[in-house]
Amino acid sequence: MSDSAPRNLGFFVGALITLSFFGMAVAAQYWTPYDPAVLSIVEKLQRPSLHHWFGTDQLGRDVLSMVMAGARNSVEVASVSVIIGVLLGVPLGFTAAARRGVIDEVIMRGNDVVFAFPALLLAILITAVLGPGAINAVVAIGIFNIPVFARVTRGGALQLWTRDYSLAARAAGKGPLRISVEHFLPNLVGLLVVQGTIQFSLGVIAEAALSYVGLGAQPPDISWGRMLNEAQTLTALAPSLALFPGFAVLLFVLGLNLLGDGLRRRRERAP
Amino acid sequence: MSEPALLEIDALNVSIGAAEILKNLSLEVGAGEILGLVGASGSGKSMTALAIMQLLPPHARLRGAVRLRGDPLTGKSEAALRGIRGRDIGIVFQEPMTALNPLMHIGDQVAETVRLHRSVSAAEARMLAREALDLAGLRGAQGALERLPFELSGGQRQRVAIAMAVVLAPALLVADEPTTALDVGTQAQVLRLLQDLAHRRNMGLILITHDLAVVAQVTDRFALMHQGEIVEQGATGQMLGQLRHPYGRALLAAADLKPKRSVPVRESAPMVLQAQGIVRDYPRRRRSLWHAAAPLRAVDGVSLSIHAGETVGLVGESGSGKSSLLRVILALETPQAGEVRVLGEMFSTARGAALRRLRRSIQVVFQDPYGSFDPEWSVERLIAEPFYLLDAPPAAAERRRKVAKVLEQVGLSASDARRYPHEFSGGQRQRIAIARALITEPAVIAFDEAVSALDVLVRAQILELLAELADRLKLAYLFVSHDLHVVRSITDSVYVMQQGRIVEHGPTQTVFEGPRHAYTQALIAATPRL
Repeated sequence: MSDSAPRNLGFFVGALITLSFFGMAVAAQYWTPYDPAVLSIVEKLQRPSLHHWFGTDQLGRDVLSMVMAGARNSVEVASVSVIIGVLLGVPLGFTAAARRGVIDEVIMRGNDVVFAFPALLLAILITAVLGPGAINAVVAIGIFNIPVFARVTRGGALQLWTRDYSLAARAAGKGPLRISVEHFLPNLVGLLVVQGTIQFSLGVIAEAALSYVGLGAQPPDISWGRMLNEAQTLTALAPSLALFPGFAVLLFVLGLNLLGDGLRRRRERAP
Repeated sequence: MSEPALLEIDALNVSIGAAEILKNLSLEVGAGEILGLVGASGSGKSMTALAIMQLLPPHARLRGAVRLRGDPLTGKSEAALRGIRGRDIGIVFQEPMTALNPLMHIGDQVAETVRLHRSVSAAEARMLAREALDLAGLRGAQGALERLPFELSGGQRQRVAIAMAVVLAPALLVADEPTTALDVGTQAQVLRLLQDLAHRRNMGLILITHDLAVVAQVTDRFALMHQGEIVEQGATGQMLGQLRHPYGRALLAAADLKPKRSVPVRESAPMVLQAQGIVRDYPRRRRSLWHAAAPLRAVDGVSLSIHAGETVGLVGESGSGKSSLLRVILALETPQAGEVRVLGEMFSTARGAALRRLRRSIQVVFQDPYGSFDPEWSVERLIAEPFYLLDAPPAAAERRRKVAKVLEQVGLSASDARRYPHEFSGGQRQRIAIARALITEPAVIAFDEAVSALDVLVRAQILELLAELADRLKLAYLFVSHDLHVVRSITDSVYVMQQGRIVEHGPTQTVFEGPRHAYTQALIAATPRL
């Protein structure tokens, strides 16, 4: 009893942080304190105040509103890239586990090739080829997610193939595809959710990094990475400009990791 | 008063939360004495072993005393206990697969125990390890220190575990179901080894088991546990004949499996399953760049046949090819040669609709009552899974009615359909597996070690059920097992398999009373008897 309390605490704190960022992202869709796209040179570089909680930037935009809009951008990019990874990676993993032999080798060695490139380098490569932009950033991060999900799925499925119930299902005339979908997928959902949470947090970091080097979201779209980039030149003048988006990335990623870790532990403890 | 006994357990109580696991348990073991601890799973046997080692789970509360040579272990510090475990008390667990570190040479694993307790050089530790492995019967190349656990058979791994437990010559050895996962031949060797060690080294041995036959063969005294209490204890020879506690009597009755078939099979009955000249090869890892390795021939030209309503046994040790043969018979794997016919029709090469139609006639029950079910599925969905073989699976209401019917046939209730596998005990799960096999009204059901994982009492009940179902539904069984008692009690005829070949077959009674092949004779001789 006593040793489970701090773990649960991590899980709840993680869930709380993650939910608030998601809430912020959804809210930004409909309402922000100020329009983050509207410039107001008169109000530029203000310190945090009651009117502008996080202050304003060099163009007079409200930083709180920008952080909210940035959350929306991060959540969009990270979710779509995780979805790409799941939609392509999971079927690949199931196929590799069910067919084994040559097909398994081809799929997994293909995965190794993608894995061999550092994630960020790969993303820079792809966006450099496809051209900078939010959509291309999503594709680049998504491609990196494919082998991750393929591996997790294959590993889980290989283990489940050794269970007698997969034999029982075959004795009931079911094929590998049907067994994978009906039996294995529900059993691997927990594992995939945990991995999804981790990949989501990596997606948030990757998006911020790509935007920071100018290969992600393009103006007038707002991204935490771009905010950091723009704040960089003004660190001496207005250090708080870098503080808020930086903290946003840090806190969001921390929350996601706490959540992922908590989910993993819950799974391990479950019978 | 003379010397205190080697191990004394005095009024031991262990509880976890509100549940009392052990109640007022008192035991003594002397030097050189073999004490059997018998009981059903959940009776507290393993918890007693953990209490002796002071390895209880953190939430457990313990009252009473455990004394080793009069020195109380209860209340000792963790550091002091660590010095005692391994050096004064050794333990061997049931599962030889998981008790060893898969990535460590067996010599190092045994030597590690030595170096944890004595400051000796690596070379000396290896020498002691060598001696212990020799003692455990792993001599020469077979027990080379550099071997890894996966290269060893189950019995050899159990010997490594025993070597680890006895390398420091502990005064007391606790063996928790050390032979339950092994087949008869290996079991006999391991039991002999343990007995020998106890006598030669004057070592106390606590042998935990659920098998009265093992107790009768090996132990000097035994204690019978039931729901956390010792209900009877005494000298083995005297007590076995006159058990008073109802649980003990039930165990004794269950251990003595009587032939259960009442309806004789007519020779003229049609064949439901025929296997002809089955050969099954598995590719082996390539060792040379130029030549593919010769394949491993697991099944080598096996033929067997089953008449309608007949119960046929297939016995052999692990590794004899029984499971490979079974998979071919179930058309889950394709043989390299030979054919399987079900109801006279070609099964092994059938495809598509024909395969699905024939599969309805042959269903299967697996060994592991825990691994045979998708934990996410309800019992109704699990039992109804083979309906996939029907061209027109029954609609919801009809399906529910049919599932309810088979559930009642196997002695469960219709309301169990809505529950999930984890809510059931091992025996109940095996009933669910039987229900799943019955749902397509097959002509033959294959059982792959289907009762090996069950307690003696539960096993007797399941066998009773199977015999009754066979008679009532005119079912044929293929009963694959390494347990000769079971095969003898339930089958009409039997095939004995060794190294991929059938070495003997005939009516069960004839084979058991006058085995002709040396292997069959050895198997029968190795089986513990009451």
